[in-house]
Amino acid sequence: MNHYPEIWGRPRDDIYGPYNSSYLQTTGPKTYTQSPAVTGTSVIAVKFNGGVAIVADNLASYGSLARFTDVKRLRVFSDSAVIGFSGDVSDMQYIHRLLGSIDIRENYSTHGNMLNAKNLHTYLSKVLYKRRSEFNPLWNHLLVAGFDEDKNPFLSSADLLGTTYSAPHLATGFGAHLAIPILRRLFPEEKPLEEITKEHAEAALRECLKVLWYRDARSLDKYSMAVITAEGIELKEDQVIGAQSWAFAESIKGYGAQIN
Amino acid sequence: MTSIGTGYDLSNSVFSPDGRNFQVEYAAKAVENGGTAIGIRCEGGVVLAVEKIITSKLLKPDANKRIATVDRHVGIVSAGLVPDGRHFVSRARDEAASWRSVYKGPIPVSALSNRLGSYVQAYTLYSSVRPFGVTAIVGGWDSEAELAVDGQVGSGPKLGSGGKVDGAKAGGPGLYMIEPSGLYWGYHGAATGKGRQAAKAELEKLDLSSGNLSLIDAVKEAARIIYVAHEDSKDKEFELEMSWVSSLDGPTHGRHEEVPRQLLEEAEKAAKKALEGEDDDEEEEQEETKDSGNSGERMEE
Repeated sequence: MNHYPEIWGRPRDDIYGPYNSSYLQTTGPKTYTQSPAVTGTSVIAVKFNGGVAIVADNLASYGSLARFTDVKRLRVFSDSAVIGFSGDVSDMQYIHRLLGSIDIRENYSTHGNMLNAKNLHTYLSKVLYKRRSEFNPLWNHLLVAGFDEDKNPFLSSADLLGTTYSAPHLATGFGAHLAIPILRRLFPEEKPLEEITKEHAEAALRECLKVLWYRDARSLDKYSMAVITAEGIELKEDQVIGAQSWAFAESIKGYGAQIN
Repeated sequence: MTSIGTGYDLSNSVFSPDGRNFQVEYAAKAVENGGTAIGIRCEGGVVLAVEKIITSKLLKPDANKRIATVDRHVGIVSAGLVPDGRHFVSRARDEAASWRSVYKGPIPVSALSNRLGSYVQAYTLYSSVRPFGVTAIVGGWDSEAELAVDGQVGSGPKLGSGGKVDGAKAGGPGLYMIEPSGLYWGYHGAATGKGRQAAKAELEKLDLSSGNLSLIDAVKEAARIIYVAHEDSKDKEFELEMSWVSSLDGPTHGRHEEVPRQLLEEAEKAAKKALEGEDDDEEEEQEETKDSGNSGERMEE
């Protein structure tokens, strides 16, 4: 016996030779995804009188490389909800397949799939929270659009931590900084939802996308828009932002190399 | 049946000296007492139908379904022990989900039947289990269009997926029947349960291999055949349950669904009428033979 408790009970070096420490872990704790790989940027959505409109561009970036330009980031779930995904695209694939299997299982009952957008949002937020609690998050920020159980338009967000929040208009990613102020100006809190038409909502979303195309270096001018109303879901996946011009850049002073 | 009573029928998986497995044959007997179940495969899809004997007036009408959906495009109906049928369906759903997790698409009806056949056959091999007391009819539609891969992100290459043979026919209806032994065949029309003999005779008359029967007509024929097959146990009341799966451009868009209420009622009405018509014909014939004077023996044959 000696005075070094950490040595007690271990094979003695003078008899067995020193322990081969290369078997010991040298790299620190076990880790999962530390950052997303292939990512989608903002998703924006607005409630209007009788429904919800949601947009996202068709780009998946690999770092700053515009890697995939025909990516569908708006996913329809069982004709009752649309989910907009920003963040990691492979995690989006995983969630989409997960939802597909849920839809199949729900349809085994006589009543069919009765899950509405609100149910779906609750479920997804719990999936996201579980994964963040395992230190293995699904690296997404989702917007879920559709109807709740009372047939009122529903729009809510869930992020990679499982945090949820709801508002009449929502945006993820860069859109949270650039689109939300525009939407707040167009649809102030005191303006009742009944006064916002589908056309207003669509036009506002297009305006936001255009601003994002100018200011977000991970955005694309090709986008998808889904409009959810009582009649059903109208999804257009090959929309284009038109009539852009960088001409205004000529008049910007104070940045970069300037002659005068 | 020399081996009966000599001990070769007491344990599963044991052959008798003349090469039979009695437990499997007894399982087949259990099926023969179940309500008739049939499947009809035609160009436009598959129809499944089952005769549900009402065992108690306290049972809720139209509840207690006997036809189950597997994935989105397959339906299974079985005759025999109902709980065995439920377990069989549960296994089918697991197989379909497992196929999806590997191949990211729906399981072909033939592949599902193959896996289920293997599963049922495994229950003939061990003394610790008994064979399935069901004969199941598996009907479904394999998509004729190129399907998107589950979770697919982009639209993929413009050419579509590789490895295709030009002009090869893809997809279509599938109908298989799996017996307690694990034996399964593909069918144009399949029948099992108590009234299978009468049902098979009716199915053969339909000339299903010619491909002339429409899906709607198949629904009506299926209803009529169940009614015909029920003739022998007329004292018991029954409920007709029917489901169908059509092509992508058909009424169910490649999905397995219950036959809509209106069409079901229409088919049942036509079935009852057809039966009444037959009875009338028989009575007329009887009268005619009586008139001709030499009745008796010939009629009883």
